[in-house]
Amino acid sequence: MERIASRKALVWTGFALVGVALAVLPLALAAAFGQAWVRVVNLALLYAMLALGLNIVVGFAGLLDLGYIAFYAVGAYTYALLASPHFGLHLPFWITLPLGFLVAAGFGVLLGAPTLKLRGDYLAIVTLGFGEIIRIFLNNLNAPVNITNGPQGVNLVDPLKLGGFSFSTRETLLGVDFSGPQKYYYALLALILVIIVVNLRLQDSRIGRAWEAIREDEIAARAMGINTRNIKLLAFAMGASFAGLAGGLFASIQGFISPESFSLLESVMVLSMVVLGGMGNIAGVILGAVLLTGLPELIRFTVVPAQQALFGRVVVDPEAIRMLLFGLALILVMLFRPAGLWPAKLRKREFAR
Amino acid sequence: MTAPLLGANGISKSFGGVQALSEVSITIQPGEIYGLIGPNGAGKTTFFNLLTGLYRPDSGNFEFAGSRLDVRAPEQAAQRGIARTFQNIRLFANMSVLENVMVGRHVRTRAGVLGAVLRGPKTLAEERAIHERSLALLEFVGLTARRDEPSRHLAYGDQRRLEIARALATDPKLLALDEPAAGMNATETAALRRLLEAIRAQGVTLLLIEHDVKLVMGLCDRVAVLDYGRKIAEGRPAEVQRNAAVIEAYLGVGVTGALAGGASA
Repeated sequence: MERIASRKALVWTGFALVGVALAVLPLALAAAFGQAWVRVVNLALLYAMLALGLNIVVGFAGLLDLGYIAFYAVGAYTYALLASPHFGLHLPFWITLPLGFLVAAGFGVLLGAPTLKLRGDYLAIVTLGFGEIIRIFLNNLNAPVNITNGPQGVNLVDPLKLGGFSFSTRETLLGVDFSGPQKYYYALLALILVIIVVNLRLQDSRIGRAWEAIREDEIAARAMGINTRNIKLLAFAMGASFAGLAGGLFASIQGFISPESFSLLESVMVLSMVVLGGMGNIAGVILGAVLLTGLPELIRFTVVPAQQALFGRVVVDPEAIRMLLFGLALILVMLFRPAGLWPAKLRKREFAR
Repeated sequence: MTAPLLGANGISKSFGGVQALSEVSITIQPGEIYGLIGPNGAGKTTFFNLLTGLYRPDSGNFEFAGSRLDVRAPEQAAQRGIARTFQNIRLFANMSVLENVMVGRHVRTRAGVLGAVLRGPKTLAEERAIHERSLALLEFVGLTARRDEPSRHLAYGDQRRLEIARALATDPKLLALDEPAAGMNATETAALRRLLEAIRAQGVTLLLIEHDVKLVMGLCDRVAVLDYGRKIAEGRPAEVQRNAAVIEAYLGVGVTGALAGGASA
């Protein structure tokens, strides 16, 4: 009994330490390396939200989705169009963010409905097409009626504002100086904690088990009375809605969005985060998002000075090295940790033959 | 005589030019163990797939528990109270043994996304009930000790028992078993027989496809014999065993007497 009690205490101490670390992270980062790194962390949190959403579709329900970034775009545009000078609308975030969430969920169902009978490669092809369709629409919906402002994108998007408290401006609170990105960090952190709890609870529920059952054997799942149509649509809608939420936040943080931000490469990146981190494992997926957002930045910050020190000039563009190392990392992980860096218990079993 | 649990009336099904089933009618009484036998390709599994909504019959219909059984999808069959196992085991391979059975409770439970996320007292009570019932079913089929292993680690015979437990979790009135003894040794088959009798004792009606003649003859109350998609005989096992058409179907023309004399097909 004493052992269990002390273990529990240990776990809670761990939680408390992680909590404190997360709370002071943006302040410490800014003090040590500058505000740019706070922005990187914010980006990592956004990608973690995306990866968690995609993990529901790919990791839990086993439906390969290559056009996932489209839902991110839908959320971002919903927010931007309703809170920018483009239409002269400036709705508050507590309308625009939930609306982005819902609209994206609707688009999830829209994609899910015609693809219910598809699996694997075929589903991947259709979802890939869907992602491109959305991007091309955003690019071209500036005529005859200008809805999305086409390739120029939407500018001057409102930042998150709660009453008189704006998340985008520098401000001193309780004697501590907070920059815009630092304030956004706390908003993102709070939301991602909610999303993590939602994911954990969904996974360990009747719905989560039904998703897994469909992933494992659809015919057997149906024979057990699972309405695969509804359960699959639910996976698409849930996954899409998190992307919609992340999209709205992205628009508010950046203040500017254009179709360029929602290319196929972005879908591939998010999928890589899920696969590399550990499909189906919530912690693994977050790890994947943090690594794949953070490491390229680290390279960017080190490669140029390193080359200048070695050769006296920049020989290779950091962007090229980034893609090279990214490809190498993917190959290595697939070779040595095929279930991902931090795999789900079940996946680990699957690969441990 | 009580009302039958299942009535199949003139079921026909063809695939392209192959008449898989023609005009097959059977009735199954509540509490019965009913066997469906016949040579390979006779249409037994097709009959199962029609009954459980995987295919739709070309003509004919099913009546189940007093009303028309009009299933357009397998999940509806499960909702009505027909559970099945598969000839080539279809477990959720990477889920644990316990989770496999818990999935079976899906159709008799309600919690949705909101319930799962908020975890109110109702959802928690439901989850607890799912857990308890699933553990009880594992106990019933004798797999309690392996509850946390992935189901694909189980031995063949155990996988079949798990499939039965999972099917029972849907609270079926009729449990349809597609070759439950396939690949089992004599000891496992004997254990299976005791299990099936225990299931019947709980009031579940059983329909089974089986090749193990000894098991069928010892276990079933009645059997129907299919050959080339037609029902060629029906009755108590001992009668059917002596039926000339049945012997012919299994062994060919001119060997009448061999099977009745004790050889098994």
